[in-house]
Amino acid sequence: MNHLEEYRRVVSDPSDYARQLQKTSGKKIIGYTCSYTPEEVIMAAGAHPLRLFGTKQNISLADSHLQSYCCSIVRGILEEGLSGRVDYLDGMVFPHTCDSMQRLSDIWRMNIPFGFHLDITLPVKLDTVSAKDYMIDVLKKFRDDLGRKLNVEISDEALQKAITTTNAIRQSIRAIYDIRNLYPQLMPGDDLYNIVRASMIMDRDRLAVMLAETAAELKERAAGAKPADMKRIMLAGGMCNQPDVYAMIEDAGGGIVWDDFCTGARYFTGLIDTGRDPLAGIGERLLNRVVCPAKHADLDGRARHIIGLVKEKNARGVIFLLFKFCDPHAFDYPYLKERLDEAGIPLMIAEVDDSLPAGGQLRTRFEAFLEML
Amino acid sequence: MTDNTQNNEIKTINYEKQMRDIMTTYYIDAKTAGQNNKKVAWITSGGPVEPLIAMDIIPVYPENHGAMIGASKMGVDLCKKAEEMGYSSDLCSYARGDISCATVNGGPIGGLPEPDMLVCCNNICGTVLKWYEVQARYFKVPLFIFDTPIVHTEFTPEMKTYVQRQMEEYILFLEGVCGRKMDWDRMKEVGKLSFEGQQLWQEVLDTAISRPSPLTAFDAFFYLALIVTLRGTQQAVDYYRGLRDEMRRRASEGKGAIPRERYRLLWDNLPIWYRLKWLSKEFAQHDACLVADTYTSAWCGSLKYINENDFIGSAAESYTRIYLNIGVDQMAEIVLSMIDKYGADGIVMHSNRSCKPYSFGQYDIQKIVQRERGIPSLMLEADMCDERNFSEAQIQTRIEAFMEMIRASKGAS
Ligand code: SF4
Ligand code: SF4
Repeated sequence: MNHLEEYRRVVSDPSDYARQLQKTSGKKIIGYTCSYTPEEVIMAAGAHPLRLFGTKQNISLADSHLQSYCCSIVRGILEEGLSGRVDYLDGMVFPHTCDSMQRLSDIWRMNIPFGFHLDITLPVKLDTVSAKDYMIDVLKKFRDDLGRKLNVEISDEALQKAITTTNAIRQSIRAIYDIRNLYPQLMPGDDLYNIVRASMIMDRDRLAVMLAETAAELKERAAGAKPADMKRIMLAGGMCNQPDVYAMIEDAGGGIVWDDFCTGARYFTGLIDTGRDPLAGIGERLLNRVVCPAKHADLDGRARHIIGLVKEKNARGVIFLLFKFCDPHAFDYPYLKERLDEAGIPLMIAEVDDSLPAGGQLRTRFEAFLEML
Repeated sequence: MTDNTQNNEIKTINYEKQMRDIMTTYYIDAKTAGQNNKKVAWITSGGPVEPLIAMDIIPVYPENHGAMIGASKMGVDLCKKAEEMGYSSDLCSYARGDISCATVNGGPIGGLPEPDMLVCCNNICGTVLKWYEVQARYFKVPLFIFDTPIVHTEFTPEMKTYVQRQMEEYILFLEGVCGRKMDWDRMKEVGKLSFEGQQLWQEVLDTAISRPSPLTAFDAFFYLALIVTLRGTQQAVDYYRGLRDEMRRRASEGKGAIPRERYRLLWDNLPIWYRLKWLSKEFAQHDACLVADTYTSAWCGSLKYINENDFIGSAAESYTRIYLNIGVDQMAEIVLSMIDKYGADGIVMHSNRSCKPYSFGQYDIQKIVQRERGIPSLMLEADMCDERNFSEAQIQTRIEAFMEMIRASKGAS
């Protein structure tokens, strides 16, 4: 397929891509850390939003700012900053999520000399009227702060246009997910992984076009395809920084049909209402999307969501990927397990980090789990 | 009763015993709340307890329970139980201890009294949010989340409005659960008492400015219980007034908390509950007194934001701008001011695996202290309740090396 190679290349070296883009387009590059970032506001400011995911490089500098019991995402992002590998960033925004990210924002602000620094202090609870009002207030403040930093006026029209673009991107990724859900054999999981990640790295206007094409191509391929004999699996957790995991599961006979990652389905689920106040629309989506465990919407929304997806996508089991030292997800796991058990859905947990457990341990566990299904 | 008459009695009062008695009575009251038609609320240590007191609801603190679990060395067992339930061993050991304790009614006091409601204020961490969600599912009682946005650099008008509105929602929530209205006169009174209690607690801690200091941080960890649990009551005010006077008396008589105080140190982060005695002996052996700490002072750290005549009106700011809910650089500034205020020769930092918001940033604070005050610092890797993360031999060696540095730097100056 046409664009897969490009997605892959971008994901393997986002900094190289971002530097090029900065040079050719003249756009300011704004880094961010979490999927609660209102990308549309950054786009409407004429800048380019770039999500940081951590690093594949060895950590050496971040260790003098973060103890050993910090997750690899936070540690990796800090390393990228301290090492200067992302010194092309014109600014960095930190939406409030978990405790570790909260401190990353401070440590970044206190130690990284390049680019401006902005916090987006979102509400933690999302299910009350005052929280909703506060969400909108925070978005307004972010629009003002960012406009001031970039010296631009962020207009409603520009916001509407950005919303149209991200909506298109999200629709295309959903279309790809939908087809893969029926025919997982048509596209390996790591291509899907690259697509979602690339959509947080690449120029969004170009991406909207590319993704539409990719979706159309996949649809063509699907014509006449037969359902494959694969064990249908859903992934859950925060995110996955390990494309190898997809291949391991597929090698063991699994087809990854859906996920509940913030670098996955949680990213494209929920479109923004157009034709109304744009910030209210953006806020509404953030409030209503599937909740991240670092935020509170209700007591068992996540279990209901995952069980609902398993049924809807006809998955046979769930693999929960947990980052070592990730508190919000680790707190959710026992109750999710309990609910999934009650619903008769097999669940396996795998602790992943930026390096996978040695000796093919994980592969063996995947095989055992899939065999049992 | 005036301060004078109290002074006469004080000499005969054993404040440790009195504290234990008060806490015992408190827990008995809490455990028998149902029989007395009283409601019990579980609340986080940094949460606004005053409206509960004013509504005659008994506040219970799972974190205080966590500390008791730690101090009675039951942490490892209960943490292991939580791990069997599927909770990662990397999670906060207060939370692990409390979550597993709830299912077995074990622990030092046979479990906490069951809650009628849960009040979770996230001004200390995001862990409490998850922890209270777990308990809300387990006990099936209403949960109120008091969301205090982190003040990285500025306390914005948006934040103020949001938190203030939640204060109104909170009181409505309490009225709903209790089926009766808030008595606003009583609320006013409780607000005043809370303010007074916090002031007195600050004055207790301030007696450590004297040389030698009449109290150590280890004492403060113990005396802290009332300002956490009974803030807003006359009882806490009376107790701390007496304690303050007693400490002042000791200071004026030159009575130090340790036999020979030659070095003065500052403690950072939560106590290591299961090793308090051991640690205090270790430091005393080196003639070092831990004169102050960032932990116990957090319960009077936002006095400057409180309007004692409009407690509820100023609560948005005073509950949001507490020690753990501010940027690391602001925390460093508070540490520096404490070093100056208490005349510290060094700082001991507990790098606490359980508590990420308290611990991440410590390395930066350490560097700032080094740069700005040039005093030695010691980083102890441990955990407040889970003894499996404590290596006595290693810590002993590190304390020795640190004290060597302190001696050298004091000698040189
Ligand atoms: S949510 Fe988990 S993985 Fe993500 S930054 Fe926070 S602790 Fe790390
Ligand atoms: S010890 Fe830290 S993580 Fe645990 S409840 Fe207290 S503030 Fe939260």
